[in-house]
Order: sequence, then C-alpha cells, then structure tokens
Amino acid sequence: MRARVLIRPKAGILDPQGQTVERALPALGFEGVANVHVGRLVELDVEDPSRLPEMCERLLTNPLIEDYEIL
Amino acid sequence: MKIGVVRFPGSCDEVDALQAAQRVGEAELLWYADHDLRGADAVIVPGGFSYGDYLRVGAIARFAPVMEEVERFARSGGPVLGICNGFQVLCEAGLLPGALLPNTSLRFLCRQVGVTVASTATAWTGECTPGEPLSIPVKHTTGRYWAPDPVLDELEAGGQVTFRYAPGDNPNGSARDIAGVSNHAGNVVGLMPHPEHAVDPLTGSVDGLLLFRSVVGAAAALAA
Repeated sequence: MRARVLIRPKAGILDPQGQTVERALPALGFEGVANVHVGRLVELDVEDPSRLPEMCERLLTNPLIEDYEIL
Repeated sequence: MKIGVVRFPGSCDEVDALQAAQRVGEAELLWYADHDLRGADAVIVPGGFSYGDYLRVGAIARFAPVMEEVERFARSGGPVLGICNGFQVLCEAGLLPGALLPNTSLRFLCRQVGVTVASTATAWTGECTPGEPLSIPVKHTTGRYWAPDPVLDELEAGGQVTFRYAPGDNPNGSARDIAGVSNHAGNVVGLMPHPEHAVDPLTGSVDGLLLFRSVVGAAAALAA
C-alpha cells in the first residue's frame, strides 16, 4: 500500500525555518499568518504497513526532536 | 597507539583528522562498509556530509556496518570522538545524548570560535585544564545542540558538558552554549568545532592538538 508519513518538529523546539516563512508571507502581502512550522513528508510503498511505526522510530524520524503521523 | 578514522561516503574531514592523529601516533582510515576497526585504540568519526545529509544529518551513517563496531567499541569503554558530522552521527546512534538542529541563522557558518573546556574528565580532554580557552574553527549548518531541559540539567550536574562556546561566541544557538558533550563514562565525546583543523601554526591555532594528546594518555591507561 501507499503510505505517507508526516514529520513535524516537536512543539517547543525553536523552528527557524517556520519563523522565516512566517516573516516572508506578510512581506508578500499575505497578512494574518501565525505559528508556521516546516516539516517533511515521506511517501512510500510498503508491503506490511504494520511495520511503519518501527520504520518511523528507527530511521524516518528522530523521536527526540520530531513527531510523526502516519497518514 | 593507533587512532582509526572512519570514512563514510560524503565524509570530507577524514584526511585532516588522520593527519592530526598522526601527530600523536599511528592512524588509519576505517572503511564504512567494513566490520573492522583494524585494531584501533581510539576511533574518530569525522566531519563532512555523510550520505549527503539525506533525511536528517547523521541518520543514515549511524547504520553503516562500521558503526556496529564503533558502538561495540564505545560501549566497552573505547575512546570515540565525533567531530561535527561525527557528533551528529553519535547522537543519532544514541551514543551521546541530545541532537543537532539547524543553526538559528539557517546559514552555513565557517569561522574561528572561542571554546572553553568544561570537563577534563573525558578520554579526549585529560590534557586540558578546566576552563581552558581554546580557539578552534566551526563550519556547519546544523550545529545547534539541543536536548530537553531535564536532560541538560542532568548533563550539567553529571559533568557531561565537555565544551562550551565562550561567552558571547555561541555561533548557532546551542542550548546553554554547549559546544560538546560526553557520555556518562566520558569515553565518548562529540563536538561541533573542528580540533583537527587547529593543529598547525600555519592555520592560526594548535589548540586542537590537546584532544589528540589527551587520547594518547587515555588509551595508554586503558591498555595498562
């Protein structure tokens, strides 16, 4: 099956990428934007989706600094 | 006394580390795909961009075959030093606490920084004096040391903060100005600054040699 893993920086950890995007949007006239965070999306075909959490914990994410969601 | 220096695909500082190590003893490169430390008495995981920094810095290199041997060596008390990307690899491998995040400036930094020795109770700082100021270059994009506050408290209380950036000289936003940490036993150390680039008066500082000299003593003590 096709799986998607959404990876986000953990809440509370300074996210300078998100902050930079947040500052850039109003400069283009997009007002009213807050709490921007930039993460990653991993898409993969997997034979056994039950192994996805283990893949996330061991390689796809660093659980110390990132949260993930299997979509 | 032989120092092994790991070479991953994408390493770029392994030859400088090798040559720095050769100033204090024998040194040899270790191939990432081998399950072999070639009898090294100490191991350096060098700087660079292992595996292109794909996915996350250090994330793929930590599963390279040679890392299984490095982990075994480290867990049995062998001296291991991770420099820059090597520090990132050791954190990913769980041999050191914490993680390295993008610099707050999001910029690649390349400059000399002031670093103070916060602990001399490690295999790589025994020849330093506590609080000794060193001048060592940094060159990285992902060098912001981070760990949860309780872990940082524990590291400080347990003497596991090995190096700090000099006051006002924290280049990347690292928590509590931490430039390098050790494991609990003190045999594994990681730091973002590059001691292997500070071993010849030609490049302005020889302060990095202290780490290489220190491990000679530590390895001799282990062998005795």
